[in-house]
Amino acid sequence: MTAKTRRLFLTFGALMVLGLAVFLVLSALKENIVYFYSPSDIEETHLSAKRLRVGGLVKDGSADIDGLSATFILTDQIDDISVRYDGALPDLFREGQGIIAEGRFTGDIFIADIVLAKHDETYMPREVADSLKQKGLWQGDAPSDGASQ
Amino acid sequence: MIAEIGHFALIIALVTSILQASVPLIATYHAGLNDYMRLAVPLQLLSAAGIIISFACLLVTFITSDFSVALVAQHSHSLKPMLYKISGSWGNHEGSLLLWCVILALYGTVFACSSRALSRTTHSRILAIHAMVSIAFLSFSLFTSNPFERLSPAPIDGQGLNPVLQDVGLALHPPTLYLGYVGLSLAFAFAVAGLLDGRIDKIWAQALKPYITAAWCALTAGIALGSWWAYYELGWGGWWFWDPVENASLMPWLAATALLHSTNVVAAKEGFRSWTVLLAILGFSLSLIGTFIVRSGLLTSVHSFASDPARGVFILGILMLAIGLPLCLYVWRGPQLAAKNTTSFMVSRETGLLINNALLLVSTAIILLGTFYPLGLEVMTGARITVGPPYFAATFSPVMGIAVFFMGIGPVLAWHRGRLSHASLLFIICGLSVGVAAIICFSLGIKPAALAGISLAIWLLASIVSDIILRLKPWRIAGLGARTLSLPAPQWGMWCAHFGMVIFLAGALGEGLYQREAIQRVQPGSVISLGPYSITFKQILSLKGANYQTQTAELALFDDEGNFLSMMMPEKRFYPAEKQVTTEAAIRSSLLGDVYAVLGDGDDDKGYTIRLYHKPLVSWIWGGAAIMVLGGAIAAFGRRRKTPLPYHEDTV
Repeated sequence: MTAKTRRLFLTFGALMVLGLAVFLVLSALKENIVYFYSPSDIEETHLSAKRLRVGGLVKDGSADIDGLSATFILTDQIDDISVRYDGALPDLFREGQGIIAEGRFTGDIFIADIVLAKHDETYMPREVADSLKQKGLWQGDAPSDGASQ
Repeated sequence: MIAEIGHFALIIALVTSILQASVPLIATYHAGLNDYMRLAVPLQLLSAAGIIISFACLLVTFITSDFSVALVAQHSHSLKPMLYKISGSWGNHEGSLLLWCVILALYGTVFACSSRALSRTTHSRILAIHAMVSIAFLSFSLFTSNPFERLSPAPIDGQGLNPVLQDVGLALHPPTLYLGYVGLSLAFAFAVAGLLDGRIDKIWAQALKPYITAAWCALTAGIALGSWWAYYELGWGGWWFWDPVENASLMPWLAATALLHSTNVVAAKEGFRSWTVLLAILGFSLSLIGTFIVRSGLLTSVHSFASDPARGVFILGILMLAIGLPLCLYVWRGPQLAAKNTTSFMVSRETGLLINNALLLVSTAIILLGTFYPLGLEVMTGARITVGPPYFAATFSPVMGIAVFFMGIGPVLAWHRGRLSHASLLFIICGLSVGVAAIICFSLGIKPAALAGISLAIWLLASIVSDIILRLKPWRIAGLGARTLSLPAPQWGMWCAHFGMVIFLAGALGEGLYQREAIQRVQPGSVISLGPYSITFKQILSLKGANYQTQTAELALFDDEGNFLSMMMPEKRFYPAEKQVTTEAAIRSSLLGDVYAVLGDGDDDKGYTIRLYHKPLVSWIWGGAAIMVLGGAIAAFGRRRKTPLPYHEDTV
């Protein structure tokens, strides 16, 4: 085999691998990206079956935990959404705490299959903190370095 | 006083590093000043001594709980066990940075005292470039994150360390990972010095190989330790979350793996020279990016435990310089490195290694994209997204699958020219093994994904085993011992590391595809069934630990025949000093699989939530990693084939 055909083969092989990778990446990104919204960002178009993340504070007095199924209201003090979650809630889930729920809307109810809260008392998920700050509802009491405490 | 000594020693180290980066480097360019190259080694020893004294001072302030030092007050507590007082010194931003510098100093010192085969010019240049990296990190430490800052008035007691971080796995994780990251900085120094020399040859690669292999072993071990820690400590039962911080360590690992393989081509055939230089620059850049991700708090992550934009900007600056300058140098000097006429044939070890490198880089790019895409999108459009595990499963896994397929082919081909006929017997054996396995799997009704994974693992295993057998020819007893001994250690190391990959794959497949899960709200006396096991919830105990209180569940584990296996005691711990709750999973490990139990919340009236998982073969994941590390160690430190290296005339 001459050097030229060899180079041709190698280039062709490299292009194949790259093409495959680009295809995989694009299709995976299309399918598997999950957008984050706060309750007041939710519009009609989001009520479809697409997977989302919603973050906000658990409204005081709204959590109703019965065994392994919980319902609660997530609020950014402008809008509320009702969330249902079947499973074990994280240790630090409680009313007034900032959390993120991931799942889909079924009608007006958000059916979550993942609920994220953190081990930390002062912790506020970054997305939740950002969107609350943007709306001027929360100034962030913990210094950023406090996360290490 | 101790803190001031530490601070002062750090400043001395910075000054000596500046000298080390300039004087010997200038001396290599002026014939009249060549004698000053001799300064490189003593300067390296001096700056290393400064850094190590400084770190020792930090350790002393932590051990003696000197709360007048701000860092100790923030991250330690007089009631903390001694082991965690010590590990607390690097379990935070400032301390971990100093640890980074210590490891930099250790690599520099080992290199300064060895690698005699290199010419003095190259040796001095490598030390000078290495000192430049030291300067960057020492000034980062001194100017943005001084670990020795005083606090006045000194508090009575410290604020403790996050109890989640009070753990042996985590105490060892950062030092091991840093041993890997920093090892890549030495490869970077080799690459830049090679560009300055305009010459990269076998001697260069032979000198570099042990360091890359050691760094690769440390990275592998560090990542495995982190994953093991997440598995047993975080209480989620997973071992890999595609979290940005984890990705940050996986990317340098992939680049280091590619570099390890391409350096072999330089060492054997002087091929892939410019490519290896680029990979070394890339690998170090990726470990800087890893530090940047963790240290800047830029990305949302479950364990970013430090955040400060000023520090992020500083690391970004280092990153720009570390990527920008060598790339300019590469554009200028690269053409001199262009491959000599070493055209090899299509079917050869070189082609196999080329494919390996291409696939590893593609998978690095996939992870880089998945990690930074959300950030880019947020900066540009304001939309906030998450790229979760499904993305990585859909992209990374198939690419690595192809890589594993070629792992079964590349190593059996000969350098330069591999006649396929030579290896064809081997491929027939491998193909047959896979075929038989596939038929068995298919008749058992195994999922297609599992079938593909198992076939790949068997393909690789068959390739390793038949390669060993065909080389040793055990059916001819005469000379078997001699044949075994004549194989060089790196060959055994390669087989061992690849075999580790087989074990790892088996573990990942077993855990990923055959995990069972049960979540129930139970009262004392209830029985939960989980695959072949049944678990009886006995009672809840309230106990007191060293610096925490616990709620402990007593679970009795039985197998399918009703035999009692063991008592599992998952805990929920409350740390009063930090007002934190942590979950301690109970794990019953065996070779065939783990049973994993977590206690959720609850009370006596409503019952308690118990989460149980059965994870087949999960311990093979870390077992596989350990075998890979062993393989690396054999290759790096084992006996080599006796090929006397041609020495340059002006050796050290």
